[in-house]
Amino acid sequence: MSAKEYRTASSARGGLLTVANVPNIAFGDRVHIRDQQGNTRNGQVIRSSDEEVLIQVFEGTSELDLESTWVRFLDEPVEIALSPEILGRIFNGLGEPRDYRPPIVSSLRRSISAAAFNPAARTYPKEFIQTGISTIDGLNSLVRGQKLPIFSASGLPHNRLAAQIVRQAKLPDDDSRFSVVFAAMGVSYADARFFQEEFASSGVLGNVVMFVNMADDPPVERLSLPRMALTAAEYLAFDLDRHVLVVMTDMTHYAEALREVATAKGDVPARKGYPGYLYSDLAEIYERSGRIKDRHGSITLVPVLSMPSDDITHPIPDLTGYITEGQIVLSRELHNQGIYPPVHISPSLSRLMKDGIGKDFTREDHPHVSNQLYALYARALETRNLASIIGADELSTRDRRYLEFADAFENRFVRQSEDEDRSIEETLNLAWDLLSTFPPQALTRVNETEIAKYHRQSV
Amino acid sequence: MNTTSNRKGKIKDINGPIVTIELPGVQNGEQVRIGSLGLYGEVISLEGNEALAQIYESTEMVRPGESVEGLGHPLSVELGPGLIGGIFDGVQRPLEAMFLKAGDQIPRGLSPLPLDRDKVWHFVPSENLEPNMPIINGAVLGRVQETETIEHRILVPPNISGELIELAPEGDYHLEESIGQVRDQQGEIHHLKLYHRWPVRRPRPYQSRDNGIEPLITGQRILDTFFPLLKGSKCAVPGPFGAGKTVVQHQVARWANADIVIYVGCGERGNELVDVLDSFPKLKDPYTGRPLMDRTLLIANTSNMPVVAREASIYVGITIAEYYRDQGYDVVMLADSTSRWAEALREVSGRLGQMPVEEGYPAYLASRLAAFYERAGRVDTMDCGKGSVTLIGAVSPPGGDFSEPVTSHTKEIIQTFWALSKELADARHYPAIDWVDSFSADVSTAAEWWHENIDREWEKRRSQALGMLARDAELSRIVNLVGPEALSSAQRWVLEGAALIKEGVLQQSALDPVDTFSSPEKQFMLLDLILSVYDAGADLIELGVPVQELSEMSVLARLRRCKELYDSNQIDQLNAFREEALNDFKEIHSEYAQRGEQPA
Ligand SMILES: Nc1ncnc2c1ncn2[C@@H]1O[C@H](COP(=O)(O)OP(=O)(O)OP(=O)(O)O)[C@@H](O)[C@H]1O
Ligand SMILES: [Mg+2]
Repeated sequence: MSAKEYRTASSARGGLLTVANVPNIAFGDRVHIRDQQGNTRNGQVIRSSDEEVLIQVFEGTSELDLESTWVRFLDEPVEIALSPEILGRIFNGLGEPRDYRPPIVSSLRRSISAAAFNPAARTYPKEFIQTGISTIDGLNSLVRGQKLPIFSASGLPHNRLAAQIVRQAKLPDDDSRFSVVFAAMGVSYADARFFQEEFASSGVLGNVVMFVNMADDPPVERLSLPRMALTAAEYLAFDLDRHVLVVMTDMTHYAEALREVATAKGDVPARKGYPGYLYSDLAEIYERSGRIKDRHGSITLVPVLSMPSDDITHPIPDLTGYITEGQIVLSRELHNQGIYPPVHISPSLSRLMKDGIGKDFTREDHPHVSNQLYALYARALETRNLASIIGADELSTRDRRYLEFADAFENRFVRQSEDEDRSIEETLNLAWDLLSTFPPQALTRVNETEIAKYHRQSV
Repeated sequence: MNTTSNRKGKIKDINGPIVTIELPGVQNGEQVRIGSLGLYGEVISLEGNEALAQIYESTEMVRPGESVEGLGHPLSVELGPGLIGGIFDGVQRPLEAMFLKAGDQIPRGLSPLPLDRDKVWHFVPSENLEPNMPIINGAVLGRVQETETIEHRILVPPNISGELIELAPEGDYHLEESIGQVRDQQGEIHHLKLYHRWPVRRPRPYQSRDNGIEPLITGQRILDTFFPLLKGSKCAVPGPFGAGKTVVQHQVARWANADIVIYVGCGERGNELVDVLDSFPKLKDPYTGRPLMDRTLLIANTSNMPVVAREASIYVGITIAEYYRDQGYDVVMLADSTSRWAEALREVSGRLGQMPVEEGYPAYLASRLAAFYERAGRVDTMDCGKGSVTLIGAVSPPGGDFSEPVTSHTKEIIQTFWALSKELADARHYPAIDWVDSFSADVSTAAEWWHENIDREWEKRRSQALGMLARDAELSRIVNLVGPEALSSAQRWVLEGAALIKEGVLQQSALDPVDTFSSPEKQFMLLDLILSVYDAGADLIELGVPVQELSEMSVLARLRRCKELYDSNQIDQLNAFREEALNDFKEIHSEYAQRGEQPA
């Protein structure tokens, strides 16, 4: 493989470098760029023609000058070196160590832009994961191989929730834990440290691979980081047969980096300046989770993103929701009431829940209980609204029961402490405590057998 | 198809999926293979001696100077027995075969043939055909039993007609064997096989169009009873993420009284196709009792597959749909989601530097959408009587905003609109179809069918229910301003009645084994039962019965559950319950009537 070197850079702008007179360079080729200080930067070819190539420079193009810049085309795609040694290590978005330890040496290198999984190769994810968190397990269950993001906003405890999930996630009657791939994009030092200490104190550090790009690291590197992380996750899951939990934070920073590069390239914007291909780009990332036929391992993906101005219709949460298999939405209102975890169940959803719960997985009443709680809470929120207009005293006794339910639901079911690990049994029993404040005939989503068995007035 | 030897050229520029090539004599729309891997693509514009091609696969590590080959024909699909039950990608590559051959991920440049060449089919020639007879395009040469329920009619390809020279006798044939010969007007002889190819962007011919006359029965109450869709009609299902578009489409695929169902997963989740692949073979077609997969075909371009093939996928789907229509079948094609298709258009047009008009979409978005939906319809086929293609497209508006370009253009084209609402979905009112925003332009045609086949009261009951829902919305607004005390008893009974309609009729769980499908009889019975109960209650309120007393009747809780207590075969039991329920009201009635007669 003969690498080609050129000194014909013709423009540098917004993370993009153009090099003229370089025939036959492959699209997607990896590039090394040496600046006048002699430092090497990394890049990738994003357009290639007979006359010139366009390079996306991961470390950005600031302080590059055209005359003294050397560009070397490596004639290979962007890759990551893989071996079991990646566990316990910390890398940057280019797969280089950032823990002051030597790079991974391995003959196994994989391109980070993997081809799509053949749908015919997938198996439908079905195994219930117990996170110990009632709003998730009871109402928006996570299953192995699912992609379930946390929609949050600035100042909300999404990191603590993600860490709690990592700490507690397991199959109900199986104590084996997940291997964790942690991908951090544009995070603060405080957040990065929080996760590191979390992993250390819960003793999983040796079972975690971290890919970290800080808020003051080059944004372009955020584009390759999740792909590095997922290539590592695929290796752990499908080569080493592990069940992998991938936590990514914060996808909003990722999308912003994408917008930055798109704008520099002059791509036609769709909404809020984000390029039209943001959907496909995010899908390339999120769809790498799942289960594969005849493979033991799995990839469960929990991306965290902050909704700009708490707006769920902003393109980033919106497009994410269109791709992922549900979402856990955090609420500022609950947070301000001091409720942790402030999961707002109404807009939250788990689409894979239906096949992963019930008789063979959790408990036979689970699907109906979940439905019933949703229906009651929706009605209770309406009632609360009404009460705020006409005053609680004006409500009928029936309506007042709903008001009380809303409070009890939020304070007993939603609220739990950060180290409280509720079994699914406990969560469902707690649900029946709340359901039993209603007479059986008010509960039309659970069936008569379930009422007879679990309703406190019947027992 | 083309006998001239393939032309060669070279790559000039690679810009993601858009590649500039130099290929003398290339035609617009022609298929090309590029680079050492032979990636498939299609020419989308010509300028001077250069052409732009969109490539269906990732162009990573392709370089300028590599070779290009023109294949001499536009993107086409293979049409013949063996399609049903299969899963294909956006350019009709068989995914099951690719999985067996190449493993978990889809490799580039691989192009296995869509239809299995090793399989033998038992061909029975048409009895009315004899050599030397004139024969038209679309004529039935013979039949092959494709699945237990689908008889595949082997058609003369649309571009061939003339004189039948030879027709093979009954027997077992491979796809590539000749089963007949036709001499066309120019004297050229065509060897016909069990399959032929047809370009996906060209609608297949038929004799004439006809109006839809019969509703597609989906077994979903809010669809069939409130917003009916005719066979051969076009329909959109818009809604924000998580509102239930895919579930609605899966339900239609499961329970609709169609002969063939084509499900196109266009830019959506891989697992949703796996769900169909897993569950359909185990589910029974309610009309034939056969596994659902025996009438179903999947086209998959999942969201992580290359964008350009996404654009092609819905044309591949609709062309196959037309092909079965031409055999005289009622075909339903579901496209989830047409927004992803439109986005693929946008992406390509953006890369071409075309002027965007709204939200980055090119000016031709509306006309492309209209032309696509226009391929739906009920027609007189060339030789198989009536056939139809019903088209149901999901729309995924950004931010759930229906005023965005794809939703608003689509709305102008379609006849039936099943609008999903986030508010209903958040309250777990499923299917979250909003009865205010949804519409059907074909209610009166559907009414004829219902009146003839189910009940003369259908249209009346339907209007009464919609009227109550509208009153409910009005009254709820008042309650929200001044509280429930402001309402009269009769008005509060309307609220109660509307709640019964919502819970007992409109809400229908796709997950409940009984409720997932409701026959038209059951649909009408439930609606009529609930309205009869409401009417009976309204009479009692006139007599002075307090609404409180009615609301607490235990029969109401059961009424809400009827839908899942009695399946579509238990109409008698449902009738018995109806008697019982109305009796309870009669009892109260006589009680109060007696009291009324006594002087106070
Ligand atoms: N009729 C129904 N019965 C039961 N559950 C339903 C029904 N309709 C929708 N749901 C629930 O809503 C969830 C989301 O539905 P669905 O996947 O169809 O949404 P969507 O509109 O297709 O979203 P997206 O645009 O993101 O693909 C389902 O996973 C299911 O839990
Ligand atoms: Mg969907």
